[in-house]
Amino acid sequence: MEVPVAITVGIVFGAGLYLVMQRNLLRFVFGLILLSGSVNMALFVSGRLTRNLVPLVPEGAQVPPVGAANALPQALILTAIVIGFGLTVFALVLLLRTYERLGTVATDQLSLRLDDPRPVDGSHNDAPAETAAGEAAPGKAER
Amino acid sequence: MSWLVVSPVALPLAAAALAFAWTGNRAAQRIVSTTASLVLAGLTITLLVSVSQHGTLVMQAGGWAAPFGITFVADHLAAIMVAISGLMTAATAVYALADIDPAREALGYHPLFLVLVAGINGAFLTGDLFNMYVWFEVLLISSFVLLTLGNRRAQLEGGLKYVTINLVSSLLFLVSIGLTYGLTGTLNMADLAIALKGAPAGLVTVLAMLFLIAFGIKAAIFPLFFWLPASYHTPPVAISAIFAGMLTKVGVYSLIRVFTLLFIQDVGWTHQTLLWLSGFTMVTGVLGAAAQSEFRKILSFHIISQIGYMILGLALYTQLALAGAVFYLVHHIIVKANLFLVAGLARRVGGSFELADLGGLYRKRPLLAILFLVPAFSLAGFPPLSGFWAKLVVVLAAVEARSWILVAVSLGVGLLTIYSMTKIWQAAFWSPPPSGRSVGPMPSWQLVAPVALLAVITIVIGLWSEPFLALAEAAARELMDPAGYVRAVLGDGAALRYAEAGP
Repeated sequence: MEVPVAITVGIVFGAGLYLVMQRNLLRFVFGLILLSGSVNMALFVSGRLTRNLVPLVPEGAQVPPVGAANALPQALILTAIVIGFGLTVFALVLLLRTYERLGTVATDQLSLRLDDPRPVDGSHNDAPAETAAGEAAPGKAER
Repeated sequence: MSWLVVSPVALPLAAAALAFAWTGNRAAQRIVSTTASLVLAGLTITLLVSVSQHGTLVMQAGGWAAPFGITFVADHLAAIMVAISGLMTAATAVYALADIDPAREALGYHPLFLVLVAGINGAFLTGDLFNMYVWFEVLLISSFVLLTLGNRRAQLEGGLKYVTINLVSSLLFLVSIGLTYGLTGTLNMADLAIALKGAPAGLVTVLAMLFLIAFGIKAAIFPLFFWLPASYHTPPVAISAIFAGMLTKVGVYSLIRVFTLLFIQDVGWTHQTLLWLSGFTMVTGVLGAAAQSEFRKILSFHIISQIGYMILGLALYTQLALAGAVFYLVHHIIVKANLFLVAGLARRVGGSFELADLGGLYRKRPLLAILFLVPAFSLAGFPPLSGFWAKLVVVLAAVEARSWILVAVSLGVGLLTIYSMTKIWQAAFWSPPPSGRSVGPMPSWQLVAPVALLAVITIVIGLWSEPFLALAEAAARELMDPAGYVRAVLGDGAALRYAEAGP
């Protein structure tokens, strides 16, 4: 049972890596989602897969029966899914903001746009230039 | 005593919750953040004193015996790192009072900062590999938000690079954990030390390399460092100072931990790899710095070259070398964070981070010049400051190990470090100010006091280095004796099993 799942993990991981190396950052995020899914599957297989035996301790016994499913990787995956979800959402929002401010999501364009003093559109320019008194007013103040 | 071991994690988390509950009340948030940071500094020093008196302190979360529950372990290395993190927290928290603008505070700077600190301390103290991953994520997500908070273009561009590469590194870390669990069936680090001793050597080395890449990205070693100089100069100074001081050092700490406790089966391969990486890290970092002309970018590249020295100490893998690495960590965190804070002062006084726009600070603001000179000379390794002793111990260890190439590299890199520091000194402090630039007044005490405190500590470590070296040596002794770590966490029986498990 482990071998086909392991091969699937490899295929999905490879697809994720391919997307992560793309120039378009949206594809990068899709790649990240695939990578994260395959890593979770890898965690799952690492606990070995068994069928039909829940990890419950029978009455009077001290340990679960031999061959019961391993509950630990499932706890790990649950944690990893929650963390992965949060990080993916953050990455997406960051991407959206970058697109709004710099007008591109292509990695090779980003630093070019950064040096370009022209605003992408009227509402989003960097007008409050930094002064000796303090940083430029962030976020809300600019809008 | 067990509450003391988790207090560096629990206190900032509780304070973060409190500060979050007071969202919208700027004064209350500032009080919570500052008080918690100062108390944290006191607690962490108490922990260090207690560890140096009683030896390794262990706390089993929820009373679940190791290796079934989550274990928190404060040995010398962890206690030293936590103490230094407490000090940095206090210094940057006070600095932030005058540095972070009200808009960023309203967006949640204080709770985020406290969560970041909890994550850093958790990563130092945990004795469980998966738990370490969780703390890494805690500190990462808060650092992501802190880095991009404010939404300026440069921040977004730097933040994207930082976020993407760190997400990939986290996934590599997670898959390495999964494979380790698949191989050994445990994730408690002490238990792993036993299990990996009897595991097939080839597989263990593959795991070691996976961990090397995952932690290497966090620690910014060659050739995985490109995200660092792209992002560290973009957020406000207080934030980049705590990043520069602590975040890469969490990666270095993790490398030291796994390559002294878990992956010591094939030192000839793993630590030799580390050795070459350390050399390249030093050289590329310092050359990168030489090409820069912005205050914080120069400092960012120097973080990389200095990480090389620490990795060199780990790679030589002798007691003296590890003591040097630990001492270097302590010295570097204080000095580097301080230099970032000074860069902030220089910008407030001189009006820019660009060296070309600065000038005349020595004549107009001699106090600022002195505050820059102390950490700068220490970074360059001038006696009698802390950097001299740190470099001396590491280089001595390299001489003892007869790695002459690395001795030459580390001395050469030291010279180039002096070049970079004199470049800043020459451009910002000595040369006359560029025309049309006026020099502002000295900033408020909240900004100057942390810088002065850290400078004094640098001098103290330099002049009375003996007790600090003794602490570093105690940490190195423990690192060279994994059986002691196993005994502290799992008891005498496990230490016996560890001794019997392999060569």
